[in-house]
Amino acid sequence: MALALVPQPPLDSWFAELDQQMARAPNFFAGRPVVVDVTFLPRNDPDLARLAGEFAGRNIRILGIEGTEPNFTPPAAWGWPPLLSGGRPVGTSEVPEEKAAPEPHSLLRDENVRSGQSVSFPKGDVTIIGSVASGAEVIAGGSIHIYGALRGRAIAGVMGDAKARIFCRKLEAELIAVDGLYKTADDLPQNLRGKPVKISLDGDKIVIEPLD
Amino acid sequence: MSKVLVVTSGKGGVGKTTSTASLGAALAAAGQKVVVVDFDVGLRNLDLVMGAERRVVYDLINVVNGDAKLAQALIRDKRNDNLSLLAASQTRDKDALNLEGVTKVIEQLREKFDWVLCDSPAGIEKGALLAMYHADLAVVVTNPEVSSVRDSDRIIGMLDSKTAKAERGEKMEKVLLLTRYDQARAARGEMLKVEDVLEILSIPLLGIVPESQEVLRASNLGAPVVMSSPNCAPSRAYADAVRRLQGETVPMNIPVDRTGLFAKFLNWRVS
Repeated sequence: MALALVPQPPLDSWFAELDQQMARAPNFFAGRPVVVDVTFLPRNDPDLARLAGEFAGRNIRILGIEGTEPNFTPPAAWGWPPLLSGGRPVGTSEVPEEKAAPEPHSLLRDENVRSGQSVSFPKGDVTIIGSVASGAEVIAGGSIHIYGALRGRAIAGVMGDAKARIFCRKLEAELIAVDGLYKTADDLPQNLRGKPVKISLDGDKIVIEPLD
Repeated sequence: MSKVLVVTSGKGGVGKTTSTASLGAALAAAGQKVVVVDFDVGLRNLDLVMGAERRVVYDLINVVNGDAKLAQALIRDKRNDNLSLLAASQTRDKDALNLEGVTKVIEQLREKFDWVLCDSPAGIEKGALLAMYHADLAVVVTNPEVSSVRDSDRIIGMLDSKTAKAERGEKMEKVLLLTRYDQARAARGEMLKVEDVLEILSIPLLGIVPESQEVLRASNLGAPVVMSSPNCAPSRAYADAVRRLQGETVPMNIPVDRTGLFAKFLNWRVS
């Protein structure tokens, strides 16, 4: 984190105020990176030339200068540090093309999902070796496989995948959803409660079938 | 090697303070040096259950803030020299606690005692998190009903993620203490059965403490139930739990009180 200073014209009185503050807390700027925002200083202000020197004279280390127009180039004699915008140096630079490592298509968790915890993986399938507690949720871009009881929420196909499915060893869910369509506990068929099931989508209808 | 143990539950009113006092008293009776620490700043109760409320001068907050030395704040039990209490402050709130101060206090307690029992406040906020942070072992107190079980499940998740052990990548040891258990009501389906709770929480069982009037009576007397009536069913359950804590293998059963007309009559005559 850098500290931002915003000088305002006239510069002389602004620096006088800064001196007063520094007298009260002499070590305030010691070792801290400082960014100077020149938004309020007119570009034709002759004082701009001595801005960097004034800060250096007070032992304030300026990391960069912010608030300039994109096409503005300070004269070299001003001795300004690099120009920044929103914390990033301005100026075009080629982003080197990197070979991205292959991203995983699924997420495996080999412990219970406890109440209040949320497991989310929008890029693909989620496999839980354990149970999903009441008050816990599993969200997947693809299918959800639960090798234990599902007592919380399972939300599959969250990025719009109608082919996503949910599998669990024991259906006691609070809510299940596939591709935006959902059923709450009240709407689950009574005869499949506590049973191993697979859940899929048929058109715009959620189908729950026993697994064996 | 001293052990720091947190008694926690998420939900309030399930028996954390009663259990802290009784486990502490039973451990002390077994010859261990024990301190029970009340982390429920602002709503302290442990001093009452231990019968030490008139002897509190300095408390946990005073020690955390450096206003008092630990030795000044520790209250030694009058019935058992092995047992001490570090009370919470009633006039402050949970924000008066900080991790640095708590760390220092727990370190000092570890040097003096075999067992440091931390009585956690209800909830999942700062007080509860600080109570569990330094624990080596967690006793999760749960009643056989769905809201308590779900809150315990939440706390187990936090024990696995928000404690010093979890931050070091180690596994926190957790055991379940099922309290206020009523076998008759569980059989009638009015309460969750032991197997149901164990299946949901999937942590080892430390003990089953039956619901009993004796616990309430003991609290009002200002004594842990294992001291006020050591032979009643809950006391035997706590004694067994403590033997298990010390590594013994004790067969799990649900102690019951003999309740015949005769026993009731006797009770009535005595009180």
